[in-house]
Amino acid sequence: MAAVKETVDQVAELERYKYGFVTDIESEFAPKGLNEDVVRFISAKKGEPEWLTDWRLEAFQRWQTLKEPSWAKLGYPPVDFQDLYYYAAPVKKAGPKSLDEVDPELLATYEKLGIPLKEQEILAGVEGTENRVAVDAVFDSVSVVTTFKEKLEEAGVIFCPISEAVHRCPEIVQKYLGSVVPITDNFYATLNSAVFSDGSFVYVPEGVKCPMELSTYFRINAQNTGQFERTLIIADKGAYVSYLEGCTAPQRDENQLHAAVVELVALEDAEIKYSTVQNWYPGDKDGKGGIYNFVTKRGDCRGARSKISWTQVETGSAITWKYPSCILRGDDSVGEFYSIAITNGRQQADTGTKMMHLGKNTSSRIISKGISAGHSSNTYRGLVSAHGKAKNARNYTQCDSLLIGDKCAAHTVPYIEAKTASAVFEHEATTSKISDDQMFYCMSRGLSDEEAVALIVNGFVKEVIQHLPMEFAVESQKLINISLEGSVG
Amino acid sequence: MLEIKNLHVAVEGNEILKGIDLTVKPGEVHAIMGPNGSGKSTLSYVLAGKDDYDITAGEVLFNGQNLLEMAPNERAVAGLFLAFQYPIEIPGVATMTFLKTALNAVRKERGKDELSTPEFMKLVKEKSAKLNVSQEMLRRPLNVGFSGGEKKRAEILQMALLEPALCVLDETDSGLDIDALRVVSDGVNALRSPERSMIVITHYQRLLDHIVPDIVHVMARGRIQKTGGKELAKELEAKGYADYVGEAAA
Ligand SMILES: Nc1ncnc2c1ncn2[C@@H]1O[C@H](COP(=O)(O)OP(=O)(O)OP(=O)(O)O)[C@@H](O)[C@H]1O
Ligand SMILES: [Mg+2]
Repeated sequence: MAAVKETVDQVAELERYKYGFVTDIESEFAPKGLNEDVVRFISAKKGEPEWLTDWRLEAFQRWQTLKEPSWAKLGYPPVDFQDLYYYAAPVKKAGPKSLDEVDPELLATYEKLGIPLKEQEILAGVEGTENRVAVDAVFDSVSVVTTFKEKLEEAGVIFCPISEAVHRCPEIVQKYLGSVVPITDNFYATLNSAVFSDGSFVYVPEGVKCPMELSTYFRINAQNTGQFERTLIIADKGAYVSYLEGCTAPQRDENQLHAAVVELVALEDAEIKYSTVQNWYPGDKDGKGGIYNFVTKRGDCRGARSKISWTQVETGSAITWKYPSCILRGDDSVGEFYSIAITNGRQQADTGTKMMHLGKNTSSRIISKGISAGHSSNTYRGLVSAHGKAKNARNYTQCDSLLIGDKCAAHTVPYIEAKTASAVFEHEATTSKISDDQMFYCMSRGLSDEEAVALIVNGFVKEVIQHLPMEFAVESQKLINISLEGSVG
Repeated sequence: MLEIKNLHVAVEGNEILKGIDLTVKPGEVHAIMGPNGSGKSTLSYVLAGKDDYDITAGEVLFNGQNLLEMAPNERAVAGLFLAFQYPIEIPGVATMTFLKTALNAVRKERGKDELSTPEFMKLVKEKSAKLNVSQEMLRRPLNVGFSGGEKKRAEILQMALLEPALCVLDETDSGLDIDALRVVSDGVNALRSPERSMIVITHYQRLLDHIVPDIVHVMARGRIQKTGGKELAKELEAKGYADYVGEAAA
């Protein structure tokens, strides 16, 4: 906490230099609040080309005309956007002196995830051990990063922070950035376009099957991407890539508001699989201190026969507002959405997907599994639409909700818009409760109440878990169990 | 093994068990017979720890422990097993997964090593073959869409795996065809041992032809009205419960 205080003090100090910061590139902070100068400052700090500065400024101007959406079924105190910092260079923090100073709850969670103590120390950033361990970690990550970079380069795959991609392959970035989520898209996306800090960039060239799963895990150094992350993934004709987002250790973050943008572009015959396991800090039992996650994720099946598939496991955040979507532009393209959203305590989640069928013979599939426990609220909101030209568009939607206890809520809000008579949209929805009889039955076989819930929940989400890459599937199951702890009894 | 003393149980203000006394010694097989609604299932649920019941008086000792203070899973770990009259469906959970989770939960609490997947598979194959439970059935979600007889066989399979000290079988014979009755009875008999006790609740003498009890109780109107040897069951089969349900019986 001292570190946070220190950062705040430094920023406060800088704030007094009201005039210095715009031209002073050496300065590490932009003052609180958002205006054109701050946007220019961010862009200058990153040495961005003029087109990108202008792009950010256009977004900023647009953002000033927008109002924060209020339609999602969420309740949270208003965010004061002028009370946030939009740029702060990563500062090395003075960590806790020993493990004793680390929040025991955090350590307990690491332990349950099977992360050894040494790694816990790195993750918690303990001073003293930090240096020694950091060296190991650097060694490890250097070797990992190098071998995997070589392999990727051989294949012609570009995988780097987006700030680096702007310099490495500016034409590609300029061509695709904002082409799926335009700067005019929505309040949070527009804000992100103006101030985005960093994020991942992937380009898989024509005909290349990316030789490994790409994951933010390999991007250790570039991980400090802050609250306005921007990801852009392009699979050129016939290319394939599977991307994993998220880290399975709980991220505690002093940034409350997260407004990321993810854009995926799949050209002819290309396929992108995007998997997320999100377990940001959900806040304490009363919901205090959690992350507000307002993210815009969209994939564009731009080419014929392309395929984009989203799989997500959402267990964290105080508030989640998230609709990974597919634009099925190419004929015969396929969009998929597999989701598990778990809310407990006072968490609120409003998630779902949009499948926009524009091309002929396009098809989409939505499997959503919502689990609510405690006093939480879990809403599935989905839109399936077929454009007039989307002949023979097909969708299958299955939305299942599972309630644990009787103080939580689940809502299903499906929208369907078909402008072509040949569209076939199917929707199935179920809501069930873990009954007392089921609990008693399981317990009479020796399971504790928590083991019983975990078993039933794992059965409920199995269909989605199967779509995750192997390692992720195992960890997700552990995470699901952890996030439901304390939901019974 | 089990000592029930003056047990009174009520549901929503209605007294259902009105003073049960029952002692089961290691290795004994007790049969409880009695008319519908006499409280047989209630007794079995109270023993297993279902919490819809108000225990208004009495106590139950299980190997010296105060059973009524234990959570259902603690009772299972301590060696109590109830084969349900109406087994509960657990959607989405493959029977195999359920069995493995339960067995390892119990083993862990009993201080034994958890079984690895191959070890478990070997064990479950062996036990399920004896009960005519197919591999296909083990892959299906537990009890979901199982026929009446399949549910009962799945119960006995769980019992065989968990190796309880006291087995309570609530109408395990109902819904079984003649062949299944033999298979299940053989399964139960295979578990009989000098250390293991059983309480077999049934309406029919034919089950007791297969699982021969040491002691037979007649339960009616919330009480054990008569206790005898295995010939008592035969007598009931012939005469019915008329002697026990009338006002004069008490
Ligand atoms: N949860 C409950 N709420 C209200 N009444 C109950 C409840 N459980 C049991 N009873 C009543 O208690 C009485 C005994 O029921 P129980 O199921 O124990 O009988 P049983 O001897 O097992 O009968 P059967 O031979 O038909 O299985 C019945 O009258 C039943 O309606
Ligand atoms: Mg009964």
